[in-house]
Amino acid sequence: MRKVLQPLLLVLVLALIPYVGVTYGKLDYLFGIIIPYTAVAILVLGMLWRLIDWVRRPVPFRIPTTCGQEKSLDWVKTNPLESPSNPFMAALRMLSEVLFFRSLFRNTKAELHGGPKLVYGSHKWLWLGGLAFHWSLLIIVVRHARFFMETMPMPIQMIDSFDRFLDVTVPAFYLTDAIALAAITFLVARRLSDEKMRLLSLSTDYFPLFLIGGIALAGISMRYVTKVNIMPVKSLTMTLASFGFTAPEPIGALFYVHLFLVCVLLVYVPFSKLLHMGGIFLSPTRNLPNDSRAKRHVNPWNPDIKFRTYAEYEDEFREKMKKAGLPVDKQ
Amino acid sequence: MSKYAPKTEELKKEFEEKKPRLLKGKFDGMDWWDIPVEFRDGNWCFPAKPEVLDELHFPNPRKWAATDKDWQLPANWEKTIRDGMKDRLKRFRSFKVFMDSCVRCGACADKCHFFLGTGDPKNMPVMRAELVRSIYRQDVNAFARVLTKFSGSRKLTPEVIKEWHMYFHQCTECRRCSVFCPMGIDTAEITMMARELLNLIGVNNNWILAPVANCNRTGNHLGIEPHTFEQNIMSLVDDIEEVTGVRVNPTFNRKGAEILFITPSGDVFGDPGVYTMMGYLLLFHHIGLDYTISTYASEGGNFGTFTSNEMMKKLNAKMYHEAKRLGVKWILGGECGHMWRVVHQYMATMNGPADFLQEPVSPITGTKFTNAKATKMVHIAEFTADLIKHNKLKLDPKRNDHLRTTFHDSCNVARGMGMFEEPRYILNKVCNVFHEMPENTIREQTFCCGSGSGLNAEEFMDIRMRGGFPRASAVAHVREKHKVDSLVTICAIDRASLTPLMRYWNPGVSVYGLHELVGNALIMDGEKKRTEDLRENDMAGFEEDDDE
Repeated sequence: MRKVLQPLLLVLVLALIPYVGVTYGKLDYLFGIIIPYTAVAILVLGMLWRLIDWVRRPVPFRIPTTCGQEKSLDWVKTNPLESPSNPFMAALRMLSEVLFFRSLFRNTKAELHGGPKLVYGSHKWLWLGGLAFHWSLLIIVVRHARFFMETMPMPIQMIDSFDRFLDVTVPAFYLTDAIALAAITFLVARRLSDEKMRLLSLSTDYFPLFLIGGIALAGISMRYVTKVNIMPVKSLTMTLASFGFTAPEPIGALFYVHLFLVCVLLVYVPFSKLLHMGGIFLSPTRNLPNDSRAKRHVNPWNPDIKFRTYAEYEDEFREKMKKAGLPVDKQ
Repeated sequence: MSKYAPKTEELKKEFEEKKPRLLKGKFDGMDWWDIPVEFRDGNWCFPAKPEVLDELHFPNPRKWAATDKDWQLPANWEKTIRDGMKDRLKRFRSFKVFMDSCVRCGACADKCHFFLGTGDPKNMPVMRAELVRSIYRQDVNAFARVLTKFSGSRKLTPEVIKEWHMYFHQCTECRRCSVFCPMGIDTAEITMMARELLNLIGVNNNWILAPVANCNRTGNHLGIEPHTFEQNIMSLVDDIEEVTGVRVNPTFNRKGAEILFITPSGDVFGDPGVYTMMGYLLLFHHIGLDYTISTYASEGGNFGTFTSNEMMKKLNAKMYHEAKRLGVKWILGGECGHMWRVVHQYMATMNGPADFLQEPVSPITGTKFTNAKATKMVHIAEFTADLIKHNKLKLDPKRNDHLRTTFHDSCNVARGMGMFEEPRYILNKVCNVFHEMPENTIREQTFCCGSGSGLNAEEFMDIRMRGGFPRASAVAHVREKHKVDSLVTICAIDRASLTPLMRYWNPGVSVYGLHELVGNALIMDGEKKRTEDLRENDMAGFEEDDDE
């Protein structure tokens, strides 16, 4: 339980910091201006550094995991997505991973039955939960654009109104808020309910889930419960969007809890497993075409290796070879 | 049965007792790094003999065993491992990205045959990678160095090395987990790195390094010298004549042949691999192929792959070197698993460009193998499927009517090459009864035999029989449902290892190479009345006194 409680406690402590700081220390400027700029700078520079660091490292071999028939004889039906034979199809394959979690869709659950015998059932819950989690987070982030722009571009407006189509509360309820919370709950429950998952999960697996959960809860409370005054919020976000340094008007501690946790998340990304958002694009088992027999892949550090040549081999075995009637190069 | 494995009944009982659970033992409230590593009979391979290491100029030759308390690691071994890791992280983007981007979603957990068979939590692929990742974190993340338990990082100790030795030799580099990983993390890649690192400090496996040393010196893993290699194939030629009445005439080290044929040496020496070799020889004779076999490049397999990428390159180099010396046009490769991973994904990169060879064209059908135009090496199943498609083979599938078959996709050919259709096409043309195993156990989801990547050692039998259990369970399914009694494969290690696996779990099921069945079905010019298959077992409906 230490693995779960520690990160939970950590998120609570992190949430208290801005609360105390703004309520008792009047540190609005620190939490509203200085920390957000710092966090964004760390995220951008950190991710840039990580990406450059990855890309600088060579890909010595072409090692796609082939999950379908390769391109071979003309009449053999190929699977261009699972065994792409050109860079375009490889890009599509990678997009199917990034956008739809293709590999996770294959997930099965193995069980030991009597006999003994192994039985595999389709198990798409992780795929569904993961997809719901990531897509709702993306939509939530995108529709936050309204805080950073005078007028919202058409596509973002459409996403926003689609997200609000269940117009039952005031203010209108966002579907993704509920989906995100449900998905986080599922992802945490999943780690806790299965003994394999309990063993393999680390504190650093729970921490980002709790952190994002905290952000969502603070945001939802502001919108539906405490109904934060939106005008000073918008004025602060517009200041941030225009790289201004004007001190914010009073907003309320809950907003700063939300903002501070977001900042923690941004800073956390480049130094944690949340890097996977970049890593997936660079995974050599997914982003390369399966064409290494048709097109030579070059390894920039291909080492010079001395191997045992035929001449050396024949020198050792010449007499035996001659006796056996095998042809030799030197008599 | 082997003294290194429990009796089948005991293992069955173990499974019955824990079902439907997969994990063996209780781990509640435990951290994985607190679970001790225990070496016992049947779960470790003998280390490389000192003379083998001397021959290879590998470090730290000594006599030792995994059960020893002190492994006699060399001075400064920690630095060797850390520096080796840094170096490999620099050279392999895969290693770096795979260390960084795992989210521990657990999708891989129940995909590994070793986890399914042993129930050992550290055999979940994610855990296997964490064994290395926990050390990696120490080096790259200052927070991880301080918050060890929070971040799952730990110090490099001799216990860690023992754990690596155990679990990176309970991975056959089969890549099944990587099919399911949403990040595309390939444990095979991590195992390759870990084994390279372990070899730097003399923690190794004799069943891998002895064949490597043999292959370097004699040209093949089994250490067969040229005259014996030739004699052995000639004795197969005699056997073929006995069964079919036809005398085939392979040539050796012949300059000017059109094609160089290379297959794993297991096909020349091991039972039942030799019957597959007889199938190749019959096929080549049937179509009048201008080919030769080399005693120098007499190994298709490459145990260097399980040692280090430098060793893989060194052993593989012989193929092109010999093809160039003999002046052949292109290379034809026999049935093998990891050989084809190497040929398909590594060979041209390591030892190419092969501009002294020509783009492969079938001399019989004129088909251009454009998918092999850079590497210039064609898989025998591609070659034979093309022959059958063009009606170049006279086949009588009834000659395999005494066999009820299913097909085992070899891991490397499946997930490291993507060849699924050609062998099935051939199999359907050479036999009448073929049933697929359940869909989660074939094609890209195929299960390893449990003995791949150099773990086919007798003393490792316990883990091998457990690791092979998922495959055996799938075979049992088609045996019950369709009375299947023949497991057909296109891998030499499969032929050697599935045989004891079937004896252990599914007695009565025999293991065949695909081209053995081709050999059975081929109607040869000038043959005698065929009543027996290549194993000299009676065929069904071809009895001696049967006048039809």
